[in-house]
Amino acid sequence: MKFSKKGLPVLSLLVLLVVWQVMAVFLSSSLLPTPAVVAKVFWRECESGQLPYHLGVTLLRLVVSFSVAMLLGCALGIVFGRNKQLDAFFDNWLVIFLNVPALVTIILCYVWFGLVESAAILAVVINKLPNVIVTIREGTRTLDQDLLDMARSFHFSRRKTLIHVIWPQLHPFVMGATRSGLALIWKIILVVELLGRSNGMGYQLHLFFQLFDVASILAYTIAFVAVIQLIELLILKPLDKKSLRWRR
Amino acid sequence: MSDIQINIHSKNYPAIGQASHHKAIKDFKLLLRSGEFVCLVGPSGCGKTTLLNIIADLDKDYEGEILVGFEQAQPKIGYVFQNPRLLPWRTVRENLELVLGSDQALVNIDHLLEVMQLTQSQHVYPERLSLGMSRRVSIIRAFAVDPDVLLMDEPFVSLDAPTARQVRELLLRLWQDRSHTVLFVTHDLREAIALADRLIFLSAAPMRVITEVTVPVPRADRGDEKAIEVFRQQLLNDYPEIKQLL
Repeated sequence: MKFSKKGLPVLSLLVLLVVWQVMAVFLSSSLLPTPAVVAKVFWRECESGQLPYHLGVTLLRLVVSFSVAMLLGCALGIVFGRNKQLDAFFDNWLVIFLNVPALVTIILCYVWFGLVESAAILAVVINKLPNVIVTIREGTRTLDQDLLDMARSFHFSRRKTLIHVIWPQLHPFVMGATRSGLALIWKIILVVELLGRSNGMGYQLHLFFQLFDVASILAYTIAFVAVIQLIELLILKPLDKKSLRWRR
Repeated sequence: MSDIQINIHSKNYPAIGQASHHKAIKDFKLLLRSGEFVCLVGPSGCGKTTLLNIIADLDKDYEGEILVGFEQAQPKIGYVFQNPRLLPWRTVRENLELVLGSDQALVNIDHLLEVMQLTQSQHVYPERLSLGMSRRVSIIRAFAVDPDVLLMDEPFVSLDAPTARQVRELLLRLWQDRSHTVLFVTHDLREAIALADRLIFLSAAPMRVITEVTVPVPRADRGDEKAIEVFRQQLLNDYPEIKQLL
């Protein structure tokens, strides 16, 4: 049988649903509710406004910490990639921060700065930042020297060189850091919320865990995954397409 | 426009790894008169590109000086590299507009595109251009900044003969239109004779000037391959040391 390219993903999702349904019916336990039950819970939570509120709070944290980490990471990555001495000096720092467990930075941030919003954001940023720096630094090292020489001989300003010569070459690396960054950050945010905030997805999941409310946990998870998929589909994919249109 | 005096006492590359210390240029002197088309002819690897990079201020690690008029200054450069070096993510026109400062007019570009027969392709991305077209774009880019001196580093290498001739003719048309000072590097003597007012013959590394010859062939006859061939034979007879260089 032949499926069109678009049909295949839909089919695979359907199969996943069927497997879930069969398992749930077979086990018939409150620990694995059927898709229908989860959908009902999802609808109830949406109507009460609980789910949109907590999802919104988490997304806001995601946007803020992601933006800060990407901006700082790109700037530092370019600097380290271009300046060998700075890179040699800070390389050890990077390795250390890359290897500190996320949980440790979260706990330390809360201990040092209190259970406040800024501490939560800081913890997420510290977890993501070294990743971005390393990716962008690798990208900067592969910059085409011929094009940089061209820019210099025609007296491009620093701004012009950055926008028109360096940035387009870094684009694949930035997109890579964005994708892996989103996946990493939202997982860390849930832990941050679980440990020290009184709203957001992580806080809610913690609550449901204490009540053994699996249907709600699944409903929230599906909502969140759907949102992340939408970000990919509506923001990242079009960005990719737009900036790669010069390729043959 | 002023004359440009280039004096390079020495340029060395330090030893790195297996490669030993390399003397690229030694006691090199050259005067470029305003509006003159000068061809540098020398064996490959003799240091011609190094020289152009020094003049373009891409390489600051040398002993010597570059004088514009009588002052030590950085002449305004239009550089045509050996490979076209266009930004692949910008269209032909965007590539050209980028090199212009905010004070320079855009009108210029339309005219240059017209002369180089690229008006049709101005909104195309460089990856869709043939090599000959890319080369033409990079020549326009160098002219567009209205430079004190145009540096051209074998811009016709690896073009097939008819394309090379076409681009050469277009280049000459543009140059006569504008009359810039041009420093043109090649190892093809015929090409040099067809283009230059003056030929400078260079030794193998460390590079220095062996001899220089003014080309007597009138501009009108430069398209005539016979006239060029006659002068080439005469050159080879008069200066037997040139033969070893080519």
